[in-house]
Amino acid sequence: MKEIFRLCFVLTLIAAISAGVMAYVSELTEEPIARAMLEEKMDAIRNVLPVFDNDPYVDRRNIDVEGGESVEIYPGKSGGELAGVAFEVVAPDGYSGDINFMIGVNMDGVVQGLEILKHLETPGLGAKIIDEDFKSQYRSKSLADPENWAVTKDGGTFVSISGATISSRAITKATMLGLGFFRNNLGRIAGSEVPGDSQPADTSGVAAGTTAAGDSVQVQPGENDATANENTTTKENNGGVE
Amino acid sequence: MRAWNEFVKGFWSENPVFRLLLGLCPTLAVTTSAENGIGMGLATTFVLFCSNTVISILRKVIPKKVRIPAFIVTIATFVTIVDLVMNGYFHALHKSLGLFIPLIVVNCIILGRAEAFASKNGLFYSMIDGLGMGLGFTLSLFVLGGIREILGNGSILGISIFGSGYNPLLLMILPPGAFIVLGILLGLMNKAEICLAERQGRTPMIKREHDCSTCVIHKKWFGLGEGPEGE
Repeated sequence: MKEIFRLCFVLTLIAAISAGVMAYVSELTEEPIARAMLEEKMDAIRNVLPVFDNDPYVDRRNIDVEGGESVEIYPGKSGGELAGVAFEVVAPDGYSGDINFMIGVNMDGVVQGLEILKHLETPGLGAKIIDEDFKSQYRSKSLADPENWAVTKDGGTFVSISGATISSRAITKATMLGLGFFRNNLGRIAGSEVPGDSQPADTSGVAAGTTAAGDSVQVQPGENDATANENTTTKENNGGVE
Repeated sequence: MRAWNEFVKGFWSENPVFRLLLGLCPTLAVTTSAENGIGMGLATTFVLFCSNTVISILRKVIPKKVRIPAFIVTIATFVTIVDLVMNGYFHALHKSLGLFIPLIVVNCIILGRAEAFASKNGLFYSMIDGLGMGLGFTLSLFVLGGIREILGNGSILGISIFGSGYNPLLLMILPPGAFIVLGILLGLMNKAEICLAERQGRTPMIKREHDCSTCVIHKKWFGLGEGPEGE
């Protein structure tokens, strides 16, 4: 009986000390880990956005989509004018698990770049989706030519990685869907700032916005109008900030 | 002199991967590149060194009946520390090793050394043993990862060596490549050890009764007791 207590005591003591050490290290590394994760995301955002001079992370917004979910978008502004947005896309049909990547789109709905954030593809095969050779194919593509949005094997224009057609297909499809999201929500993306952030609009001389609703993105007429109006507001707000 | 022997045994005579055949799960899984091999090896070395140290200090306090859980808790603590620190400060490496860091807990080398060495030897030799074994493991992983990376990707440590004309032998960085390379290396290590032992006039460390002629399959195919035709 006495021995049982001794065993319990020693094991409890060891476990308690371990727990204490782990709690301490966990607290110590919490901030560096958060910083490293953010830095990783910021790198991706920087790489996929067109030229910008704001902090896309500070200006981030949530766009609600159907089904109660929302997508976080990172707007890139140049001289106070919305130049493009970056947002995260998930390809659920990768070869092994989800592929998360950041996609950057300018206001004409043209892809500016892709940056893979997370994937579990096979090293040497599907993992090559992170290579520049593959990713750069999507640059300057838009939904203007819908029949191109497939890998070459399926009659599209994107050259898939040899031996990794599934991964290539997943990226292609998710990029297309991402562009679709952008087109369908263009009004809200280009539109108003975060509520409460607005400054008194005193720059009456700012011309109406023309950046949104470019030739390549086909938006519904009604939505188009709304976009233009909202875009004006954006500019006025920014004018106020300056 | 003993300290030196305890240190170098991890590199050749008791090499964890090629002699003891311990910790093969991470060995096979992470060695798709030389860099991954080094990263995993060094992480394991750190855990092995720390756990050997602590367990050697506590060896008289820990009752024999609960030693295994006590060892595992100690090892798991150090693995968690490595996981967190690596995630915070070496984020890129953590991303590529990701899944395998928590698995160091169940790496048999670490529990093996705790049980077979640290719980029976003094602090100094246990620390040396941990360091030597860890570095021997790192070296093995580097060699394995290096060979697989050169053949399967045409590069070493991320630097391309054959130029773009090289058509990589993809199989080598896929799981079967790990088994093939490990098997060939094990065979070569044994061959080298036999040659070395013959030259030095000592008995080889490989048990010869486990050669091909004792294998069940061999007996069935080639008839009992007959050796293989030639080499």
